[in-house]
This record gives sequence, structure tokens and C-alpha cells, in this order.
Amino acid sequence: MITVLGAGVAGLCAATALAEQGMTVEVVTPADAPDPVSGLAGGMLAPFCEGDGADPLVTRRGQQSIAWWSARVRSFQPRGTLVLAAARDRAELDRFARATQNHRTVRPDDLEPDLSGRFARGLFFADEGHLDPAEAMASLRSRLTTRGVRFHHGPHTGSRIVDCRGWSARADLPDLRGVRGEMLELFAPQVALTRTIRLLHPRFPCYIVPRGQHRYMIGATMVETADGGPITARALMELLSAAYAVHPGFAEARLIHGGAGLRPAFPDNIPALRRAGDRIHMNGMHRHGFLMAPVLATDLAQQLCHEVIYAN
Amino acid sequence: MFYDRTLSSRLMLGTAQYPSPQILRDAIAASGADVITVSLRREGQEGGDFRRILKDSGCRILPNTAGCHSVREAVTTAHMARELFGTDWIKLEVIGHADTLQPDPFALVEAARILSEDGFQVFPYTTEDLIVGEKLIEAGCRVLMPWGAPIGSGQGLRHLDALRSMRAHFPDIPLVIDAGIGAPSQAMMAMEMGFDAVLLNTAVAKAVDPVGMARAFGQAVVAGQLAHQAGLMPPRDMAVASTPIFGLAALA
Repeated sequence: MITVLGAGVAGLCAATALAEQGMTVEVVTPADAPDPVSGLAGGMLAPFCEGDGADPLVTRRGQQSIAWWSARVRSFQPRGTLVLAAARDRAELDRFARATQNHRTVRPDDLEPDLSGRFARGLFFADEGHLDPAEAMASLRSRLTTRGVRFHHGPHTGSRIVDCRGWSARADLPDLRGVRGEMLELFAPQVALTRTIRLLHPRFPCYIVPRGQHRYMIGATMVETADGGPITARALMELLSAAYAVHPGFAEARLIHGGAGLRPAFPDNIPALRRAGDRIHMNGMHRHGFLMAPVLATDLAQQLCHEVIYAN
Repeated sequence: MFYDRTLSSRLMLGTAQYPSPQILRDAIAASGADVITVSLRREGQEGGDFRRILKDSGCRILPNTAGCHSVREAVTTAHMARELFGTDWIKLEVIGHADTLQPDPFALVEAARILSEDGFQVFPYTTEDLIVGEKLIEAGCRVLMPWGAPIGSGQGLRHLDALRSMRAHFPDIPLVIDAGIGAPSQAMMAMEMGFDAVLLNTAVAKAVDPVGMARAFGQAVVAGQLAHQAGLMPPRDMAVASTPIFGLAALA
């Protein structure tokens, strides 16, 4: 029996990969565990866009996760990413194009008619997509339950522990730090966008991820602090003004939800598996939870599979 | 000398917007900088993990009041910085305009006076205005940090004549060009003009390869400083051959 601690995207992907390899798995979340921060994620699967800033490993390996998710969850949308900048920030678009791969220049109206006349030029990353984190996590959970994986509050019964507790594992991982992220969810009946939009802006960059039925996720700030308190007025103002710059219809949107959480991150911001005694940590997901959890989970399942074969 | 301290490098590096703390650490090392600036306004008391990484770099830390728009905010942030970093150094920014991020000289002078009287060693982010510079020195500052161009704009040294006048007007005050530097050539030019140091952030942090760019800036600042010390030739109105015409071998 393998115990997976934590039921955020890391824990669910780990349990899924292990169960699919035929291993016996349980998922344990203490009754007082905080809600997983994965629920606040954008759900973008954008390995190429993330190439601006992320380690090349994230771009290279993150591509695998697109097929992984599309085979398992209904909300996955292979619609690509459209990157935009206001006319006065055109240089940002050129910089982004230099920093990333696998894109082409487009007229934004051709892809998103609702942006008609607002942007002269954009970058399109056709091989990317997005999903709805809540739906994706619920899907993985129900698939696991169907396979007989038990979710409970402990105590754990497994002989091996895969620790996917994110920030809660901080005491065991001294170089883990929290990077604050703030996001909004809006209902915007006057906006009809079908794919992830990234707005490049020298001060207030943002992304908009469609969640269907005119719901949109707007994210996200990145602040080097372990303060996980509620969203600040500053973040609200910045994110809303950036969204409004993309589409004026956001001015009439209804605010459904505003959230803040801490991304667990290692010093190189690369998600990783780490061994500590008989425990394997899968942590440091930073802003790459949905992109990198399937990759690490697949690695993990292979490693543990080999160990089992070797032990026998 | 910056408040009685000699620095081994005349490049000061900001620590915001890097892809990761690891890359920040590598960039600091590649640049050779031994002063790094850190903002506190938004990160607050809970930013301890990131600050620990900065302390571990071994650099001298110059905390800043970036993002403060009033005397009171700036003074409060400076006190928090002293508590968190155990240093009297403070890079004082009091922003006047949200769009240009231009310093508010009136609030700056007032905050500089309050902090200097309280024992802080103030590095004020100012314009190239000579009178404001004099008032800052009267308020207790022993370093001035004129802008090259608006923060993060990468426009370089926008007002060369004004910066030359400033250098001439304050021959004994360390002057640091702070903000607006986009290219190593611009940093080098500031050093050739006799400025004592250059402070920058975005040009390195947002480069496609921050570590490579940090190295380029480190070398440019050294080259500019060496050139200034070696004595630059003045521009001339006419061509002057460097090889004598007489005595050339006739190559038939």
C-alpha cells in the first residue's frame, strides 16, 4: 500500500499514476488540512508561454501533460493561447516572442472575433490548452474512487509515503518558500472569449482563462511573501484594470470569487521529486501545478514500480 | 565611499522580477555586484524566505522604499527595513506620479530629513535637479541617486547635459545613476561621465538570459570606471592621424 498525502493536483496526479500502474493506493488528507491551492490555479497548460521565465525543463517536459489531461478530464480545451499587448507595449510582444518558441504572429480578431478592432497583432501558441481545475480535480478523484482508492483523514496505512502536501510540508523542506498568488473569478455576460488570453504589460501582466458559460478566471499576482491572507485591494484593482484593457465588457462583470494562496516553490522554481528517508516528496509546484504534476507523477510511478520489481 | 564604505563593485543590482531565486543568485554572482536592493512595501513581514536567500548572497543589502507614495509610508517602510535587515542604509523612494514613477522631491526631502535625524544613511532616488540635490544634502544625505530615465523604461541617460551639470556641481558627493538603464552601453557611459555607481534591475531581470546580461553589465561598469580613471580623450573637430606620414616604408 502506498499512501499519498494531500489531495491537491500533485496528490491526485500521483495517486492516479500509481493506481494506473496497478499499485494499491490510499489518499490521506488530515481533517484540518487547508483547501488545496490548486483550486485557485488558472488551469493553463502552456508549456511554451511559460518558457518566458521558467526553466527550459518545464517547457520540454510540460508538453507531455497535455495528452495526459486530455485523456482523463472533460474540461480540457485544446484552444491554444493568444498573447496580446496594448499598442504602446508592442515591444513587450517582441520580447516575449524572443523568449519563447512555437508561436506565430496573428491578427487577434481572426481568432477571437469578440476582440474586434482592439489589438493589431498577437502571438498565437496553437499547441497549448486549458482546463477547469475544479472539474479536473473532481474527475481524477472520481476515477480514483472508481478504482477503489480510498480517501480518508488518516491515520495512514501505507508502507511508502508520497508527500504531496504542498506548503504544509514546509517543516520537512526548509528551502521551500511561499509565493503569493491572487486571482479573481468573474461572470462576464458581455465577453465571449474562447481561449486563454495573456496580456503582456510592464507592470500589470495578467491572463484570462475562459471557464465556459461566460465565467472567466483572471490571474495572477506573484509576490515573494508567505502571507496567504485574503486578496488585496491593489491586486483586485490591477487584475480588473488589466482585464478591462483586454475587453471593456469586463467592466460589467459580476465578481464571483476572489482568492489568494501560496504557491510552494523551491529556489529554482522547478517542481521536483525529492527523497527523504522512506518518504518521497512531490512539491515545489510553483505556478506549474497542472503542467508538471502529471510529469512528476509519471516519473514517480516508474520509480516505485522499479523498486517493487527489484524488491521482489 | 558610500557612507564610509568602499565597494568592490560599482554596480548595484535590484532583486525583483527574476525568473527564480536561483537565477537571481547566479545573476548577482555573474554581475560581481556587492550591493543589492530589496523592496519591502508589498512583501511585508512575511517575505522572510526570500529575504533569507538575499542575505545568503553575501552582498550588502540596501533595502528600498519602492512603491511608497507619501512621507509617512516611506518612513514606516524604512523602519521596517532597519528591523528586518539590521542596516541603517535605506534607498529612499517617494513616488510622485503613478505613471512616470517620478520622485516627489518635496516629500523626498522631508522624508530624508526625518530618516537622517533618526540615524539612517539615506540613498535618495531623485531627479537631476541641483537645488533638490542641495536640499537633500542639507537634510543629511551623503549620497545622491539621480534617475537616468523613468524606472523600468530602459531609456538610458535621458538628460545628459543635466547629469553632466550635476556631476560638476557635486564633485565630492557620491552620485549613483538609479533607474532607467536598459543596456550595458548606457551603464558604461554613466561611469565614463564620472558617476560613482549604477543601480539597475529590470534590464537584467527581464533579459532573456538574466545571468548573461548581469555579466555584461558587470563588465560594462568596470570598463566605464577604468575609462574614466584613465582619462578619456576629448572629441576634436578635425581628423588627426595617429600614424606619422613621414618615414613610412615605400612598398613598391
